[in-house]
Amino acid sequence: MSTAPAEVTAPLPDDTSADSPAQQNIFRRILQGDLASVRVIFGLIVIWAIFQIANDHFLTAINLTNLFLQITAVGLISVGVVFVLLLGEIDLSIGAVSGLCAAIVAVLNVKHGWAPIPAIAVGIIAGMIIGFVQGSLFTGFGIPSFVVTLAGLLAWQGALLWVLGDTGTINITDNSLVGLANTFYSSTVGWIVAVLVIALYAGTSIFRYVRRSTVGLGGGQDIVPIIVRIVLVTVAIIAAIAILNSNRGLPLAIIVLIAFVAGGEYVATRTAFGRHIFAVGGNAEAARRAGISVHRIRIAVFAISGTMSAIGGIFAASRLLAVNQSSGGSDLLLLAIAGPVIAGTSLFGGRGSVWSALLGALVIGSISNGMDLLALDSSVKFMVTGAVLLAAVIVDAVARRSRQAAGRV
Amino acid sequence: MSDDGPQGDQPQSLLALRGVTKRFGPVQALDDVWLDINAGEVLALVGDNGAGKSTLVKVISGIYAADRAAVWFDGRPVSLGNPTAATRLGIATVYQDLALCDNLDVVENLFLGREERSPLGVVTRGLDETKMEQRSHELLSNLAVTIPSVRSEVGTLSGGQRQQVAVARSLLGEPKVVILDEPTAALGVAQTAQVLALVKRLREQGLGVLMISHNLADVFEVADRVVVLRLGKVAGVYSVRDTTQEEIVGAITGAEFGRNQGNGGPTEVPA
Repeated sequence: MSTAPAEVTAPLPDDTSADSPAQQNIFRRILQGDLASVRVIFGLIVIWAIFQIANDHFLTAINLTNLFLQITAVGLISVGVVFVLLLGEIDLSIGAVSGLCAAIVAVLNVKHGWAPIPAIAVGIIAGMIIGFVQGSLFTGFGIPSFVVTLAGLLAWQGALLWVLGDTGTINITDNSLVGLANTFYSSTVGWIVAVLVIALYAGTSIFRYVRRSTVGLGGGQDIVPIIVRIVLVTVAIIAAIAILNSNRGLPLAIIVLIAFVAGGEYVATRTAFGRHIFAVGGNAEAARRAGISVHRIRIAVFAISGTMSAIGGIFAASRLLAVNQSSGGSDLLLLAIAGPVIAGTSLFGGRGSVWSALLGALVIGSISNGMDLLALDSSVKFMVTGAVLLAAVIVDAVARRSRQAAGRV
Repeated sequence: MSDDGPQGDQPQSLLALRGVTKRFGPVQALDDVWLDINAGEVLALVGDNGAGKSTLVKVISGIYAADRAAVWFDGRPVSLGNPTAATRLGIATVYQDLALCDNLDVVENLFLGREERSPLGVVTRGLDETKMEQRSHELLSNLAVTIPSVRSEVGTLSGGQRQQVAVARSLLGEPKVVILDEPTAALGVAQTAQVLALVKRLREQGLGVLMISHNLADVFEVADRVVVLRLGKVAGVYSVRDTTQEEIVGAITGAEFGRNQGNGGPTEVPA
């Protein structure tokens, strides 16, 4: 080594020597969690196939539209959960916060006659402040996030009862609030959205490829997977819009959910802030020494979690047309955390993707929806969902151990 | 062996420390320590456990404030009050634990905390991955660092590769002095050779390198001069050409009492 000439260069990324062994060991990479989303999509296909065989109503346009509407609230909350999980922390208050913030919106709108937009804004800001406070308590006093947010879970449930007051249930009648979960766009709008999304995705992919090529990074080989990905995304979007259009049309709720997921993914993977979240989740001490304010990152992430809980809660209330004392309760908290974990975001921090919020919600939603179609008892539903979560966490733990065995953490 | 430390009040070396003293309660960690690091030189810092090596490194990198110290950088008197001050002067430190994020790839680790913004970054907050990757290639090729790909996760790299990435990262701030804390500890033979070759290239690029090491074979392979610390004092500075491993071991352990500075004396028992 000491005689190595200076012109020996680090291999360029188009050097296939790095890729071909990986291609041969694609199974091992799936096992180690590098291709978690492939694993989940495969699982989703299996689940859909099983339910379609059991009941041929499962894959109909009307049921798939319902499925998407059912997962919106939990998916939105999961977007915040992903950020918390990337830090290697947990937020148990998300369900209670979603209920409380929805109640704030409903009370302001129904009891105090506020216009919907300011009411929604106050609700979302309340969620952000709650997250900020919990994050500050967690970092400021060094209390485990588990305990801080457990206290929050209890406290915000109490706050929900207090905000709702004696009535206990508030029915939402305002058109804009109801419209959040119940607006459908026409076929034309659906196709325009489809074209825009496809163009945006293809455009950014190709722009990135061209930019890399012009500065000499990446060779001709890289274009093939990019085109394959663009084609797959195009097919998926066209299929989804076609299905939705054949029923009630493209729901506003789905646009919102996917916009938050895509925006969250952008923040997580393309901005310095997102990079720092991964760094803190991977090695907080290394992040601190690199000059990253670990405290600020943590507080910001908990604020994101509170904000997304509020948004999810508002959509849940819109779909239910009411806020009541059990809003944000029951299994919402657990499902919102289980989803991203099922879809490959590690509980141990530093690994995951915001898309896992959507994919995980789809998996859990599909199981729940499918079992409803089969008219199974909710006892069975809970046990099956529990088994799926356990299986997913075991896969995560095995992937982690397998990475460690391969000399990785 | 230079005996009583350099004289004169205007040291000409790149980084000069005089009279560094640091006390932790009853423990005198550093006692009147002095040091000169020249550009294009590898200075090894050796000593037994508890001799004060780590404390000295932390003083130089600004983590500990010395109770008393005079410091010159490039001939100017400076202060090393905090890590930022040391970094601004051009002193980069690579700690033994490397402080890398195993879940991030090489480029992400290299630029962690100093990411490049894309041209539209003011609006989009986006990162310029292309530029960072390009600069990573340049940096690593300059140092002849061999890794599978700059997009490999750092957790998948070998110990030697990780060490090289950590060193490369310290160079992004364009330092003049690089401090390496036990860079070859826990490395195999081939990986140690890689890291030592990298240390030599740092010297060729005109950097002053301070290398803390337990391994005298490594020290004799790359260092130009050796500073021996014993019980918080400078037990001697040796030119590698004019000394032997036995002489260094003697200075480390204090076995050759005649070689002591006289201010510790033979009564001191090695820790």
